[in-house]
Amino acid sequence: MASNGTAPGSKLVKWIDHRLPIFTFMRHETHEYPTPRNLSYWWNFGSLAGIVLVIMIATGLVLAMQYAPHKDLAFDSVERIMRDVNGGWLLRYIHMNGASFFFIVVYIHIFRGLYYGSYKPPREILWLLGVLILLLMMGTAFMGYVLPWGQMSLWGATVITNLFSAIPLVGESIVEWLWGGFSVDNPTLNRFFVFHFLLPFVIVAVVFLHLWALHRFGSNNPLGIDAKGPQDKIPFHPYYTVKDAFGLGVFLIVFAAVVSFAPNFMGHPDNYIPANPLVTPPHIVPEWYFLPFYAMLRAVDFDIAIPFTGIVIIEAKLGGVLVMFGSIALLALLPWLDRSPVRSGRFRPVFKWFFWVFALDCVILGYCGSQPAEGGWIVAAQIATLWYFLHFLAILPLLSILERPKPLPASIGEPVLKGGGTLAGAAAKPMEKA
Amino acid sequence: MRALSPLRGLLMAAGLSALATGAFTTGALAAEQPGLEHYPSLDWHFEGIFGTYERASLQRGFQVYNEVCAACHGLDLLAYRNLEAIGFSPEEVKAIAAGHRVEDGPDDAGDMFERPATPADRFRSPFANAKQAAAANGGAAPPDLSLVAKRTEYGPDYTYALLTGYEETPPYAWSQENSLLPGQYFNKYRGAISMAPPLTEDLIEYSDGTGATVHQMAYDVSNFLMWAAEPHMEERKQTGIKAILFLLVFTVILYAVKRKIWAKLH
Ligand code: HEC
Ligand code: HEM
Repeated sequence: MASNGTAPGSKLVKWIDHRLPIFTFMRHETHEYPTPRNLSYWWNFGSLAGIVLVIMIATGLVLAMQYAPHKDLAFDSVERIMRDVNGGWLLRYIHMNGASFFFIVVYIHIFRGLYYGSYKPPREILWLLGVLILLLMMGTAFMGYVLPWGQMSLWGATVITNLFSAIPLVGESIVEWLWGGFSVDNPTLNRFFVFHFLLPFVIVAVVFLHLWALHRFGSNNPLGIDAKGPQDKIPFHPYYTVKDAFGLGVFLIVFAAVVSFAPNFMGHPDNYIPANPLVTPPHIVPEWYFLPFYAMLRAVDFDIAIPFTGIVIIEAKLGGVLVMFGSIALLALLPWLDRSPVRSGRFRPVFKWFFWVFALDCVILGYCGSQPAEGGWIVAAQIATLWYFLHFLAILPLLSILERPKPLPASIGEPVLKGGGTLAGAAAKPMEKA
Repeated sequence: MRALSPLRGLLMAAGLSALATGAFTTGALAAEQPGLEHYPSLDWHFEGIFGTYERASLQRGFQVYNEVCAACHGLDLLAYRNLEAIGFSPEEVKAIAAGHRVEDGPDDAGDMFERPATPADRFRSPFANAKQAAAANGGAAPPDLSLVAKRTEYGPDYTYALLTGYEETPPYAWSQENSLLPGQYFNKYRGAISMAPPLTEDLIEYSDGTGATVHQMAYDVSNFLMWAAEPHMEERKQTGIKAILFLLVFTVILYAVKRKIWAKLH
């Protein structure tokens, strides 16, 4: 698989490649690209996410040709797509469920990174770009959900945009500026459509940077140790192209089953009621992928005041917003909170447990977010939110100091080639910088 | 089969999140007031991945809508031509459309005029707008029914329940905390509702001779409204089955290729 610097191919390819070495580049980055030989199926989700992004853009572009971003037309135009446009129902259901599957895939991808320490040096920027992609995805999905202009579109948008009014002094003006008026109305729908159209292409650009950063040091792996030499790596093609293709097949089966047999399962039925500013739905719930964050937002139902003076420093609403955005900020700071030199959770006996507790905590938060904000659910959400923050701010930093990791294998190739199991003669040693 | 275990993990993760979300979509319509009953769950012919709509029931359901519900409820998202999909012939559809008058225009003199509907026209709404609809119904506008089967989590069970759930006197437990306003009726699934019980035994005469019991009419019209909300359901399921069969073959082949390629490494 040695590269001689130029791509093979016809004369024309060579002519172009000499002037713009794009074929060499492609070959180098997608063909020869050396990859750890021991990646598990958890490493399939990155390429899957990329494919879902392409699916979203492709279906979105075609939907946009029939969709009318006006409050009097939007709902009916989506129904027209569902009923009268050839294959429109398929496009719309793929796009609608594709958003949910995008988040399923990306959340698994993120938790993979959390478990195997993929955010640690030298991959911090790679990780930061990932968090940025998550934020952009959230913005895109939120604005996309507004477009069909059903009851949840309108009221979800109202609740979320209203959050900005919590900002002291300028909050109200910011909200009016976002709305383009005095409530979520036609100008809001219009600009959301514009941004919903634009942001996915911004995501593509950030994904490109994400991959660039990835290819600088290559993939992490289930052992979390660096490759010791060429025997630890295999070319991306054909090994991982075929493995990713197989994973894609499995993914598409599940995706096709949901789109064909339960396309409205993950959506909220209220969104089949046209938006009505005069009728507030009894429970306003965001899409499932926002629920953990929604729970944290609502968990702060108290003002923070200076004791005994009654002087409020942070009002409950602002507190909730800070906590919600803080939860993502912590994700971004993770490389500097977890200082343990060992990447993979496999060799971190205590961390491993806390990882699963944290995953459970996120599920609990999601469930709390789906329930009405009253009584026990608020308390549960408060405890779970507290745990979320403790995990990042206390547990991970402490574990970095207190935990005694298990001995690391000497190389990737060793356990793999010897059939796994024994880590003969490997002594505990800190991870080295690549 | 070592490679299958991570795969199972993947499927489980996807399944789990799907299950979790199922719990999230509980709406506000469940029996929250004391003394109300839970929506019943009927067997519908379209259920399941091979399910299809029962044409005869849909046609009867259309008759119920046309002769009873259409007096108050619109079905704005449907055009008469759509009825061909449930087995009416083009001539029948023409005749059905011609039975309704729609406004058109302006004509050359600039005036609006009425004409018989054609198959290309949308279903005619009984009221010009929501205000007029509310005024004619004691303040509660009868909502458009085009999507009623999809806007609760109960699907057609919801309509069926509303149409069959009327009772003369509310149960004691309900009356303790709730009461009926003038013009309201008691429905054991929903509580107070402003729609008078629209169905009574033998209210209409089915053109196929089926006995017009309240159950039969409620069942047929609910079936019809499900189709109205999701007219491409059969196509969707059948396309899905074909796609999944193809993907299964494709994925099994890829798995074999993957094993073969990776075998070289060990
Ligand atoms: C006399 C007028 C009238 C007739 C005829 C009538 N309805 Fe209604 N319907 C109403 C009104 C008024 C409401 C609103 C009730 C309320 O909001 O409390 C309503 C509400 C409903 C609802 C509840 C919608 C929602 O918001 O969830 C359904 C379903 C419904 N009707 C179905 C039917 C069907 C099916 C028929 C034919 C068998 C029918 N109706 C016949 C007047 C009518
Ligand atoms: C990051 C990728 C994307 C995500 C996560 C996303 C998400 C969403 C969501 C959640 C909806 C609401 C679906 C519904 O309930 O009906 C939606 C609707 C829509 N999206 Fe996207 N989208 C993406 C990319 C795009 C692109 C690139 C375009 C156009 C170029 C687009 C065009 C539309 C249109 C026209 C609608 C309204 C039609 C409808 O609601 O079905 N989307 N999107």
